[in-house]
Amino acid sequence: MIDAIMNSPYVKSLPFLWEGLQVTVAITLIGLFLGMILGALAGLGKLSKIKVIRGFWTVYIEIIRGTPIMAQALFIYFGLSELQLNSFTTGVIAIALNAGAYIGEIVRGAVYSIDSGQTEAGRSLGLTERQTMRYIVWPQAFKRMIPPLGNQFVISLKDTSVFSVIAVSDLIYQARQYYNATFEQFETLVMVCLFYLIITIPAALYLRRIERKMDV
Amino acid sequence: MITVKDLHKSFGDLEVLKGIDAQVEEREVVCVIGPSGSGKSTFLRCLNLLEDITSGTVTIDGEELTAEDTDINALRTKVGMVFQHFNLFPHKTVLENVTLAPIKVKGLSVKEAEEIGLSLLEKVGLSDKAQDYPDSLSGGQKQRVAIARALAMEPKVMLFDEPTSALDPELVGDVLQVMKDLAQEGMTMVVVTHEMGFAREVGDRVIFMDEGIIQEEGNPDAIFDTPQNPRTQSFLSKIL
Repeated sequence: MIDAIMNSPYVKSLPFLWEGLQVTVAITLIGLFLGMILGALAGLGKLSKIKVIRGFWTVYIEIIRGTPIMAQALFIYFGLSELQLNSFTTGVIAIALNAGAYIGEIVRGAVYSIDSGQTEAGRSLGLTERQTMRYIVWPQAFKRMIPPLGNQFVISLKDTSVFSVIAVSDLIYQARQYYNATFEQFETLVMVCLFYLIITIPAALYLRRIERKMDV
Repeated sequence: MITVKDLHKSFGDLEVLKGIDAQVEEREVVCVIGPSGSGKSTFLRCLNLLEDITSGTVTIDGEELTAEDTDINALRTKVGMVFQHFNLFPHKTVLENVTLAPIKVKGLSVKEAEEIGLSLLEKVGLSDKAQDYPDSLSGGQKQRVAIARALAMEPKVMLFDEPTSALDPELVGDVLQVMKDLAQEGMTMVVVTHEMGFAREVGDRVIFMDEGIIQEEGNPDAIFDTPQNPRTQSFLSKIL
């Protein structure tokens, strides 16, 4: 019985998939970390009063949102091959660029969604524009960013699956290597989906809890 | 205290204020009435530059609002504003709403600001709500907190932009009472309102605005009992 379980393809594929999962998670987390920085800059840039800055970030956001992430990854990897980035770094950059654009919109949208009466109340009390942003608008906007940021995490995690085309040894890539050798496509892919769900479902539940707690 | 000269305000092609001249004396309570769209709220918002002035001048306490060397943030601390929709800060407690500006703008210590804040909350009858969040208050309570918040900066003038229009009728009284007390203490007030009873009882002067200009002004009894301008007559006949 135990032998049968241990020898089933569901179990035997685990070490391979585990390796891939680590790569997938690493790319997602590093990419998202950078993407958040980029997104904060993009969001602030889009809120800037200076036209050139606004224009720059608008172009960035539109290019990224208007092209598929696979094209972006291929472009960085092969199109800019003189940079000689390895596939892992390419994946991280692609996730960062991609998440940055969407997070930029999240930041901008959250700040925009704060009622103008809040700013007016702050300014009417003699707070400067900067103080009004810092003490009144940002704290409220930040709360509203949490749910869409959680979504972005899930989206970025799933986006990493396309990087198998540039030979990033992520979950999908490892799975393909495995079933190409064993022809156990069904079992392997069931496990792949389970691996994704093991991360995305708790993430969604955790997010819902934060949302409830923060009452956003 | 406030002098307005030939004030014009346009939003794009739409001219909302078409030349306002007005004067508000110290300790005076001026109520601004008029139909919606008459420009009365815009007029009030120009008095602390929440709306840019297209042309003309506004002078408060000897300082011209749009003069280049005027520090608008400093000037705004002298002009308290109360909004129709309260605009309390939802992420801060009632007390923090009141103490934020004294701490950040005037540089008071938290302790000093809280002392002032608590005494103001007591004045508006809400000292037991100091640690609550605005969400848990009724509209009338919110508006009284908003008044306390504005008073915390010790302004020389208080502007009220339809302070009771968003309230349930039974909650209007408490807010008006706070405003009445304030008037009796000698606060200079400009009140845009639909509360004709308040305007009549508390106002020293009533300004009737329509179509972007002051159509008529005078003491409340004269305006309400013997209005001279046909527009004033027609407006009052519709609402009284």
